Amino acid sequence: MAMQITPEEAVKKIKNKSSVMIGGFLGAAVPLVMIDKMVAEKIKDLTVISIGAGYRGGGVDIGKLVLNRQIAKYITAHVGTDPNLIKQIVNQEIELELSPMGTFVERVRAGGAGLGAVVTPVGIGTEVEDMAEKIMIDEKEYLLFRPIRADVAIIKAYRSDSLGNLQYKGMSNTNPIMATAADIVIAEVDEIVEVGEITCETVGTPGIFVDYIVQGHTYEERKEIYEALWISTNKL
Amino acid sequence: MPKNYIAKRIAKEFKDGMYVNLGIGIPTESANYIPEVTHVYLQTENGGLMFGPKPQRGESNPDIANAGAEPITMLPGGAVFDVATSFAMIRGGHIDMTVVGALEVDQEGSIASWKIPGKLLTGMGGAMDLLYGCKEVIVAMTHTDKYGHPKIRKKCTLPLTAAGVVDLIITDKAVLRVNKDGLYLEELAPGVTASEVKQLTEAEIVNIEDWE
Repeated sequence: MAMQITPEEAVKKIKNKSSVMIGGFLGAAVPLVMIDKMVAEKIKDLTVISIGAGYRGGGVDIGKLVLNRQIAKYITAHVGTDPNLIKQIVNQEIELELSPMGTFVERVRAGGAGLGAVVTPVGIGTEVEDMAEKIMIDEKEYLLFRPIRADVAIIKAYRSDSLGNLQYKGMSNTNPIMATAADIVIAEVDEIVEVGEITCETVGTPGIFVDYIVQGHTYEERKEIYEALWISTNKL
Repeated sequence: MPKNYIAKRIAKEFKDGMYVNLGIGIPTESANYIPEVTHVYLQTENGGLMFGPKPQRGESNPDIANAGAEPITMLPGGAVFDVATSFAMIRGGHIDMTVVGALEVDQEGSIASWKIPGKLLTGMGGAMDLLYGCKEVIVAMTHTDKYGHPKIRKKCTLPLTAAGVVDLIITDKAVLRVNKDGLYLEELAPGVTASEVKQLTEAEIVNIEDWE
């Protein structure tokens, strides 16, 4: 059973030095309202766990936390879209932990699924070998990585019912995986509906994983925000 | 050099029924030149299969985007999913072909594309998974860097993205295949001579004499 709370109440769950998973993919399908609240609250020394950085150019979505210097450590697969983030990493203001994208995803999945490690051949023969432990299975080399979990995950879905069942509208990307891998899971949604409206076969993340539901921008508002962003960056 | 030569040349490698993941830049552009009779299913690593062109203004969906978070459309028959499913497709060997850019490639089929120590720091993203898992790997790039230095090396000097995975190299000068015993010239770009390719390539080209 999930509890509906306001974004102002939800952001209090995130403390200075918390580790926070943020769903989405380079700015798409990210929890915009919760990120804005984290910026407003100036929560500091965060460990951010996200598949990549924010929208290209920086200063948008997760890029706002970067501009506001709220991040101490970034666990990810890609930072190339945010020049401000790269600058803070180069200046050693932010510690960077990289893994290949598919490995990052499985590390989060392992963290949520009660597994002890991820064992993958990806990265053999590259400097990724230095980021992991090399093991042999059936005479083949693999890299062993540890799981990733967080204190809080803030994820984005299309709709939720009061049980916390979530429905997605497009690419759900990292959201359903991060929903499993944090002590507190906050889902920001476009719309909150009655139980039964999201039929069982269209549930993307079962409510068992979700602790809190937060009303974000409506779908129409989000469409306007993204169209304006895409038009201003020559993508639409 | 004909306009968009590399992108058009990549398009000739698409075969009917292939599942393909295209890197950003020229590889993505090549999708514009796929012949109408050839049906290729495009995958995007953020969680989509069978995507189409970008939407009209007013018709976008904020959650339907490519790996660069740019708006796209989904074609009839397409599917959207999470990134664990996406990388199961990629790492698990279900994608037939990937086309990527590179900083360097060598005659052993190793590729460097993600890092220049002290200069370029972006993270590897999904490139290592794609290069490991896709059945066929095509590198599309300019033959030399902006200073005219060869990018096809005997051995890559930059940190590798993957070792021994490249099958075909398509440049603005030539098409080269990576075989077990080395690099073979397969095709010259219009107006380019074999001796020019030899001069602009640091790697050994096994069959260069057949072309000179």
